Amino acid sequence: MKEFMFLFRGGDEIWDTKTSEEQQDHMQHWQQWIGSIAEQDKFISGERLYSEGITVLEGGKTTDRPLTEGKELVGGFLRVKADSMEEAVEMAKGCPGFEWDNHAVEVREVWPEN
Amino acid sequence: MNSSNQIQSIINDLSRQESGKMVAVLTKIFGTDHIEMAEDVVQDAFVKALEYWRKQGVPDYPKAWLYRTAKNRAIDIIRKNKHDNIIDFSDPKKQLLTSNYTLQTTMDSFWEDKHIKDDFLGMMYACCHPDISPENQITFILKILCGFSTKEIARSFITTEDTISKRLYRTKEYFRKHKIHPKIPSADKISNRTETVLGAIYLLFNEGYSATHSNQLIRKDLIQQAMILCKSLLSSEQTRLPSVYALMSLMCFQAARVDSRLTQEGELILLPKQDRTIWNKILIKSGEKYLNEGAFGKSLSTYHLEAAIAYHHCTAKSYKNTDWTAILKYYDMLLNIKNDPIVFLNRCLVILELKGPKAALKLIKSVPLDKILEKYYLYYAALGEIYQRLGYNTKAVSNYEKAVQLTYSKQEIQFLKSKIASVLN
Repeated sequence: MKEFMFLFRGGDEIWDTKTSEEQQDHMQHWQQWIGSIAEQDKFISGERLYSEGITVLEGGKTTDRPLTEGKELVGGFLRVKADSMEEAVEMAKGCPGFEWDNHAVEVREVWPEN
Repeated sequence: MNSSNQIQSIINDLSRQESGKMVAVLTKIFGTDHIEMAEDVVQDAFVKALEYWRKQGVPDYPKAWLYRTAKNRAIDIIRKNKHDNIIDFSDPKKQLLTSNYTLQTTMDSFWEDKHIKDDFLGMMYACCHPDISPENQITFILKILCGFSTKEIARSFITTEDTISKRLYRTKEYFRKHKIHPKIPSADKISNRTETVLGAIYLLFNEGYSATHSNQLIRKDLIQQAMILCKSLLSSEQTRLPSVYALMSLMCFQAARVDSRLTQEGELILLPKQDRTIWNKILIKSGEKYLNEGAFGKSLSTYHLEAAIAYHHCTAKSYKNTDWTAILKYYDMLLNIKNDPIVFLNRCLVILELKGPKAALKLIKSVPLDKILEKYYLYYAALGEIYQRLGYNTKAVSNYEKAVQLTYSKQEIQFLKSKIASVLN
């Protein structure tokens, strides 16, 4: 079993435009998706990130806006177990973030392979 | 705006109704090792309620307010503890508590009505594990499921808070050591395990029903709690067994008569002299309903028989009109199931009514005076009564006196003394 990290790209801008019912409903979908991964004993961890942040640049310079465009912004991550990259990619396709402004899920294998 | 006292009383009622359910759900979330954590969260919610409701008034849905407060506190605790291995999150459903993507929705799903009911019942079975002594079972039930404080339990059982704390501690240790997970037992075990639960409920009921307490409020509280627990077993298909209906019926019949059992001064009134007009007719009707509903399945429990006896007492127009023949039949059946000295003595008293003191004397003397009977006040009280009716006054008095020495109940001592006085006058 290998470990993968899903990086959810695309900001949370839509979030604030939704009613609290819509937000709850949307989070139910996350619950179902991550729940189905957990039931196969393939969930490791995952967190949502605030969209504000500070980027530290070479030489110690900092900037208080992430350099990327909104749609490139990492909005959160999930660590899962999967047998192969293919399986992990199939898993990632179910991400409910696509329902809103999730632009992409980047699937990366965690180093080293065991 | 409600007054401070009103709010306190609303909160006390909610504590009796809701805190057990809340502790059960939270124990499921935190794990059996952390019952204290669950209790603290519930305690916190009630403290906050008192504080906020005094300022802002009682909310429209106080129960929802309490649940939400407890949920939020539980979420805080999980966020704080998720990296230090205190709480076991290995269960797939609980894993979702460790991610903020799923924490809130997972927390909400733990509090769905259906889960709350099952967790509450599961906790009841855990409290009544057969390896835990009956007195520890009911102590734990009162603390965990009925929202009693240690002080209230100590008062209920007329003992010290220290004793109660020790009992609670031992049960929690047992849970930890044996990794007890509260859940409703599987179909093959449900019957046996329910028997232990019913035993505890009936014990609790009798703590309230027996006249050892002078405090009416405490007694009624215990009676009510026992009935609520039994009713919750009836609310679930898995636990709705014939014996559960039978015990519910029995408790209704007994509770219907509770107000007629003591005088204003707290003296015991026995059945012949009780004022039947103050018996609670609604409870008697409920008792009949439960007894009918419990008439299914193959097994006849002692509760069925005791309820049938209580039914005859409750529905007799007067003491004289009681159907002693029917009652005797049920006592015979009871003795067939278990050779219990209390049942035997009660049967002797039925014979006394049905066939007179000579027959009763012959019967009571027909069994050897074993270690249990010898120490049992009712044995001597019954003998006293029989001798009194036979006109053997000296023997009647000496037996009543012996009975006085064997009971600690103030009411019973008072009662026996008035019996002695009635012989001597």
